Amino acid sequence: MTTQSPEMSDRDLFARKSNSPRNIFNVGMTVLVSVFTVVMLLPLGAIIFDVARKGIQYVGIDSFTRLPPPPGLTEGGFGNAVVGTLIVLSIAAAISAPFGILAAVYLTEFGRGSRIAYWVKFAANVLSGVPAILCGLFAYAVVVLTTGGFSAFAGGVALAVLMLPIVLRTTEEGLLLVPREVRQAAIGLGATNFQTITRIVLPAALPAIATAVTLSLARAGGEAAPLLFTALNNNFWSTDPSQPIATLSVLIYFFAIIPYKAQQDLAWAAALVLLGIILLVSITSRLLTRRKVY
Amino acid sequence: MSSLTGDSLADKPISLEKRWNVTTIVDQIFYFLTLILAIGVGFVLTWVAYEIVGLAFPAIQGYGLSFLTSTTWDPVRNIYGVLPQVYGTLVTSFIALLIAVPFGVGIAIFLSEDFVPVSIRTPIAFAIELLAAVPSVVYGLWGIFVFIPFLRPFYLFLHNNFGWIPLFSTPPRGNSLLTLGIVLSIMIVPTIIAISRSTLISLPRDLRQGALALGATRWEAILRVLVPAGFSGIVGSIMLALGRALGETMAAAMLVGNANRITASLLAPGATIASLIASQFGEAGRAQVAALMYSGVVLMVMTLLVNISAEVIIRRFQNIE
Repeated sequence: MTTQSPEMSDRDLFARKSNSPRNIFNVGMTVLVSVFTVVMLLPLGAIIFDVARKGIQYVGIDSFTRLPPPPGLTEGGFGNAVVGTLIVLSIAAAISAPFGILAAVYLTEFGRGSRIAYWVKFAANVLSGVPAILCGLFAYAVVVLTTGGFSAFAGGVALAVLMLPIVLRTTEEGLLLVPREVRQAAIGLGATNFQTITRIVLPAALPAIATAVTLSLARAGGEAAPLLFTALNNNFWSTDPSQPIATLSVLIYFFAIIPYKAQQDLAWAAALVLLGIILLVSITSRLLTRRKVY
Repeated sequence: MSSLTGDSLADKPISLEKRWNVTTIVDQIFYFLTLILAIGVGFVLTWVAYEIVGLAFPAIQGYGLSFLTSTTWDPVRNIYGVLPQVYGTLVTSFIALLIAVPFGVGIAIFLSEDFVPVSIRTPIAFAIELLAAVPSVVYGLWGIFVFIPFLRPFYLFLHNNFGWIPLFSTPPRGNSLLTLGIVLSIMIVPTIIAISRSTLISLPRDLRQGALALGATRWEAILRVLVPAGFSGIVGSIMLALGRALGETMAAAMLVGNANRITASLLAPGATIASLIASQFGEAGRAQVAALMYSGVVLMVMTLLVNISAEVIIRRFQNIE
């Protein structure tokens, strides 16, 4: 930091020299954060580029129609894991979406500003910080040990715990954006609370609710940790919720850490499919939020 | 309960029939349903903790606090201790923060100020959000086959020239605490950016204008006025990011090397609590499951402490507004 030097003329009294330390620091910091931003975009570009480059060589019709080969053999796909991922995600969404949406309705329609709402939001935020692996241990304790085996349903429960806070918070934000006047108009026409919420408020917030569900699916779709001790894995076709089931994320994990090239190649192909699905869903949910009803 | 349900009509002297018909019953049921589910969210949090502690209970009774200070993990003799994993978890998270904090806060400032027009800022912000959407197994896969080979020459350089520093004293093997730390930093940067940026954007505009009016340069205004004003939001974002780093599982299991030892060298393989659970659970017997659940409890206590303090810090900031 420098002060103005005394030999400056009046005209320059209020001007900083462009080479003063303060200005140099100013420009330097701007350059630094710009460089930071560009540097952080590199790994993103690298990951997407590498997954696309390696995955595209091994993705084909077989990927979606065939079973993974046993270790040592080549040829095959991961059709069962694609199906399994969809099944586990459906179970998780079926549990967490109604739960989260109705809880959000309480927060915005009945309990605005109440202590209950305050603590529920607090709990949801803390819950969203609970590591995914602990959701898996929870589902192991609650579902796997009581039903006596690993199952797609247990995997769905683990992912539902993970999705719940995301659905709750995103839905709540959407419901808060529905103008108060719309509710008052409905009540003024003699609608009950139930009618107002189900026929007016929820439809108005539908894009936000769709965003909430897709966003939570995108987060849960890539999780492998909670599935390791719930849905486990399955080398065969299975659609039975009470049996272990293959999922893309768990398949990538198991195939990445075994020393067989054919399996590693499949892991890259599966990563491409998984990343493609997730980025698609993320971008979709992003576009959904732009739609305004009111 | 709001007064909109016609109950108030019942206490009027004009005797209108109390409308206790289907619609009000539906209303009541709907209200209580949403209330129960809202409270249910809080209940789920305690239920998760209760179940994990419940399964860990035999191990908690058996080992007590010595579990945290012992370094053996021996399923054959049923002797378990988790100190190397706690060490590995803390070291990798620390490395991740060391990289992610300057980057995250710097990028948050870049994206909240007007260095570049909005039309460029929005796509960049979205691209960085996508970093958070990449699944951790994909980070792990990319780390094993692309990032580790890429890092090897740098590691060799560090080891050959700075091997006398304990931090780089072991020959690099790829899977190491440092590798995981770097990958974790990429994974948690979006968390820091998202929350710090929204904090900086929501600051009153007068703060900036006042600072600039008093003759501050742009960066003086940022570093001496805006960052201190949004300090709690930024600290909160760092705490949340730390919570994510502590609990990250798949990337850890795939990149840290799962070696049960404590080493000063960052180039040596280690383990984290989450990687221990992920790699051991598959073939664990009853006693080992209890020990793994106990290590899960340790991880839960760590992350809950971090996340609750983050939550409290961020809320305090919102109350100032």
